[in-house]
Amino acid sequence: MVHKDMTEKVSIEIKRDLYDKAKKFIEEQGGFSSVEELVEFLLEEVLSSEESEERGLSKEDEEKVKERLRALGYI
Amino acid sequence: MVSRPHGGRLVDRTVSPKRRERLLEEARELPRIDVNESIAADAANIAHGVYSPLEGFMVQEDYINVLDQMRLSSDLPWTIPIILDVDPEDIVGVKDGDDIALYYRDEPLAIMRIEEIYGWDKKEYAMKVFKTADPNHPGVAKTYKRKELLIGGSIDLLRDPPEPFENIRLWPKETRVLFGTRGWKRIAAFQTRNVPHMGHEYVQKAALTFTDGLFINPLVGWKKPGDYRDEVIVKAYKALIEHYYPKEVVVLSVLRMEMRYAGPREAVHHAIVRKNFGATHFIVGRDHAGVGNYYGPYEAWEIFREFPDLGITPLFVREAFYCKKCGQMVNEKICPHPEEFRIRISGTKLRKMIMSGQKPPEYMMRLEVARVILEHPKPFIEEDEA
Ligand SMILES: [Zn+2]
Repeated sequence: MVHKDMTEKVSIEIKRDLYDKAKKFIEEQGGFSSVEELVEFLLEEVLSSEESEERGLSKEDEEKVKERLRALGYI
Repeated sequence: MVSRPHGGRLVDRTVSPKRRERLLEEARELPRIDVNESIAADAANIAHGVYSPLEGFMVQEDYINVLDQMRLSSDLPWTIPIILDVDPEDIVGVKDGDDIALYYRDEPLAIMRIEEIYGWDKKEYAMKVFKTADPNHPGVAKTYKRKELLIGGSIDLLRDPPEPFENIRLWPKETRVLFGTRGWKRIAAFQTRNVPHMGHEYVQKAALTFTDGLFINPLVGWKKPGDYRDEVIVKAYKALIEHYYPKEVVVLSVLRMEMRYAGPREAVHHAIVRKNFGATHFIVGRDHAGVGNYYGPYEAWEIFREFPDLGITPLFVREAFYCKKCGQMVNEKICPHPEEFRIRISGTKLRKMIMSGQKPPEYMMRLEVARVILEHPKPFIEEDEA
């Protein structure tokens, strides 16, 4: 699919102060557009240790990338 | 940590070596469409996740949404349509749902599943993307020369288009690993289509002062006559970094993508693309991606207000100039002195000096950089080349 976000969303509840801390973290660190995105990322990180595909790169792929980076002198 | 890709997942539409064999054979049986350098670059950028979450060239719903709302139909920010234009006679007998082969320089480049064939209004496109229909605008002129129909649909990339700068061309999955390996958490990306002068160096180092790393990502590919040649830009940056930057905090790699000169909209596009490379911050220049007097000097800053959900932080670093009283490079915010002490570094002025073979003064451009440019027989793109 080119464009549609296929995943249906559900709501979850978290403690307000944790939410505020997460929000502050995002404002200071950048990299995420919302607390929701941060939470999704962290959940995926935890859950995908078994399915490394979800994270994009397998260990093997990452090693290949590093090989190229070394060959080009980036690392 | 590096930025999450736009839309949450880094797109990968490249194919495994095994599948490639099969698809290459298949491609030779399919209706063929020949594409130019810019489209081939876009196809590669889609496949390697530079344009995540796009998995292909835009269908009409996304195209219209991007023109009218500056968002994809999923509501994700997106400001420049990524489209594939064809002549009606190119696709005789082809219908929605068919596969076609995209060819570049006589070799199969990608297989595309056509989701939709649709018409477009180039004048409307120009008004919305460039804010002008004036054919003197280089981006508008280029738009008017494009073909009459658009085709949308996902692609599978069979091979990378040939890249003369292969050994300094990194894809997002590579920069992400690289930034991670270096332990960078805050990464400032710098877009450029120019050779670096002292003003650029100042802006980059200002950003680097409060981030972990600087990602210098010059565009290579189509640019207008009078712009610097790709190889001059690359050599100039290599010289600057070699002599004036700590190597462990800089990454230089090129991105093949055409300049559109769409000012504010293109500034946001440039930011989204760098988010996909893993950057957390994006340096937005004064009159970023502008040309002539089509855009106000700060329009490219103001547009970012409309995208609180962009997921990459714009850095609005003020233009630098040399102040004789301060005795150094400064900007409006930190120098109290009147105009008479200030020496502005203009790209136009530098260009004129270089064209007449003159070496720019050192407060404008590093000696090593100037040397690279002056040593090149033809540092600028000429009228009949673009
Ligand atoms: Zn001053």
